[in-house]
Amino acid sequence: MVAGADSELVAPAPDVVRWLYRRMVLIRRFEERIDALRQSGTLQGSAHLSVGQEAVAAGVCARLNRDDAVASTHRGHGHAIAKGVDVSRMMAELFGRETGTNRGKGGSMHIADTSVGMLGATGVVGAGIPMALGAALSARHHGRGQVAVAFFGDGAMGQGVVYECLNMSAIWRLPLVFVCENNLYAESTPAEYALGSTELAPRAAPFGVPAAVVDGQDALAVYDAMGGAVERARGGGGPTFLECKTYRYHGHYLGDDPRRYRTAEEEAHYRARDCIERLAPALPEEERRALDGDAVREVDAAVAFAERSPAPALSELATDVYTR
Amino acid sequence: MSRQLVFSRAENEALRQEMERDPAVILLGEDVAGGAGRAAQGFVDAWGGPMGSTKGLIQQFGPERIIDTPICEMGFIGAAVGAAVTGLRPVAELMFVNFVGVSLDPIMNEAAYLRYMLGGQVSVPLVVKTAIGATGMGATNGGGTAAQHSGSMYSLFAHIPGLKCVVPSDPYTAKGLLIAAIRDDDPVVYCSHRALAGTQGEVPEESYTVPIGRARVLREGRDVTLVGIARMTGVCLEAAERLAADGVEAEVVDLLSVAPLDEETVVESVRRTKHVVVVDEDTPRCGVARDVAAVVADRAIDHLDGPVKTVTGPHAPVPYSGPLVAAFVPSADSVVAAALATLRD
Repeated sequence: MVAGADSELVAPAPDVVRWLYRRMVLIRRFEERIDALRQSGTLQGSAHLSVGQEAVAAGVCARLNRDDAVASTHRGHGHAIAKGVDVSRMMAELFGRETGTNRGKGGSMHIADTSVGMLGATGVVGAGIPMALGAALSARHHGRGQVAVAFFGDGAMGQGVVYECLNMSAIWRLPLVFVCENNLYAESTPAEYALGSTELAPRAAPFGVPAAVVDGQDALAVYDAMGGAVERARGGGGPTFLECKTYRYHGHYLGDDPRRYRTAEEEAHYRARDCIERLAPALPEEERRALDGDAVREVDAAVAFAERSPAPALSELATDVYTR
Repeated sequence: MSRQLVFSRAENEALRQEMERDPAVILLGEDVAGGAGRAAQGFVDAWGGPMGSTKGLIQQFGPERIIDTPICEMGFIGAAVGAAVTGLRPVAELMFVNFVGVSLDPIMNEAAYLRYMLGGQVSVPLVVKTAIGATGMGATNGGGTAAQHSGSMYSLFAHIPGLKCVVPSDPYTAKGLLIAAIRDDDPVVYCSHRALAGTQGEVPEESYTVPIGRARVLREGRDVTLVGIARMTGVCLEAAERLAADGVEAEVVDLLSVAPLDEETVVESVRRTKHVVVVDEDTPRCGVARDVAAVVADRAIDHLDGPVKTVTGPHAPVPYSGPLVAAFVPSADSVVAAALATLRD
């Protein structure tokens, strides 16, 4: 285990708390709006919400530079927003409009903006991990001190490619941070059923990758652990594995009723440890209210932007299959 | 006489010249150098790739650009895709094409689809260099490498939008197509037939490209078009010689790319000869031979004076035993028979 998990948190600078809070609230308002738009029948299409997990996305990305690379999961809105992707273009993508991040060809499950280092969400569980490893190879090759981050869930821990990548990152000492968002469910399948051991961080050690267990409901704890991981990566010390224990409030996909596989009591237990409410007292109430209002306005503007944007021209159907 | 070079050395020269030209080109795969990490004990470049085509590169470019990977095709090809979208031009060596079974996800769902799925934000300048084809044909005691190391399978790649797939037939096209693949901004699967690895041919020393998506007419003739690919191009040339002895003038089209497919060259030839035999070592169902046959049927049927013939391997995995391999791989005899059959009808 590395420093960060159990160490005393250094009181973070006020602007860090503010940054984290702003991102977390924006992620939540964005995703709650998606849920509402779906409930009202306005929005169709596949999407997976990360509501409840915002502290991981924010705490990790707060340590990254614009040119650091992030490979995300199918539950990627939070990662994208925390990495700096414009929420209007994200919402337009969900609406299938030509102004979307992916020009309406990817949707929620593939949101990407390489100009801010967001390599993309992915519809294949675990597939983002080797992509991040490749970005770390590029970082080493170019020698500009960049790091790469692979987000994935406990579900991906059943995929062999995780272990292939732990192994390669260790033997080549790559600047890569594995961020496992352990939200206890792979789709509807509970971790205690699908994983031989539900303690995931210890799986990294046999590959020579230092690991930490992090309270993923505590943005400052994530920020702290990520600080050590990024420092090691940038300093040539190689990869780190962070198991962030977290929880998603919604079902696996928009429309999934999670009560088919978990209890109301369990949900209440985690909602009582909500990451946003947990960080909130660290900010003056006035400032918090201002940030809350900003987030709502930003999401309102995003929806308005998406609604007034045109659908892709049908002539775009088979463009960008090849570069030319 | 101009310079002769063995097929696998032509590939080696292509890699070397491209790596000299562009520092973003890297090579990664299993045993691309071999004996990795034991330089201190005097072991360097133990294999130089399973076919020796990457021999000598690590001495010139070092282990940061010639990267021996663990055996984990999904992981390292996935990493090559990630490297390709972040500024490198990786050549990932997939030892045998059958190993696509454990690496199709990064090739299909990532490399091929990313550009489209991301709305044109990225290009994926990746080469997957792989070995295809049955071996062991001449063996009388024993055989080749059997089903899991002998497939052709390029039709699988041709089926996937976003991928290109090239299949050289001699040392000249090997070097030119590999250089073209490395310079291409899209993912290209480069298929190297193992039975051709030791064949010699004329190869210019300077760097050059053979255009992707373009077939070539290797022999002109007015009576029947023989379409070949990889080793089958040589089989078509042999068949054409025999047909010539019977007074039949066969035209041989060397496909070279299965994606994009050069429909024009095939169709133009068939419109002149009015007969076609498509020859493919791969299995027949949903394969390149029948795809080409469908193109001919669609675009040149009014010009045909006989049925479109295909000569392929059987719908069976590649066998081990030498005589069975010889029966699996299409021969000049079977091509001649097919040509005479379509001319007769």
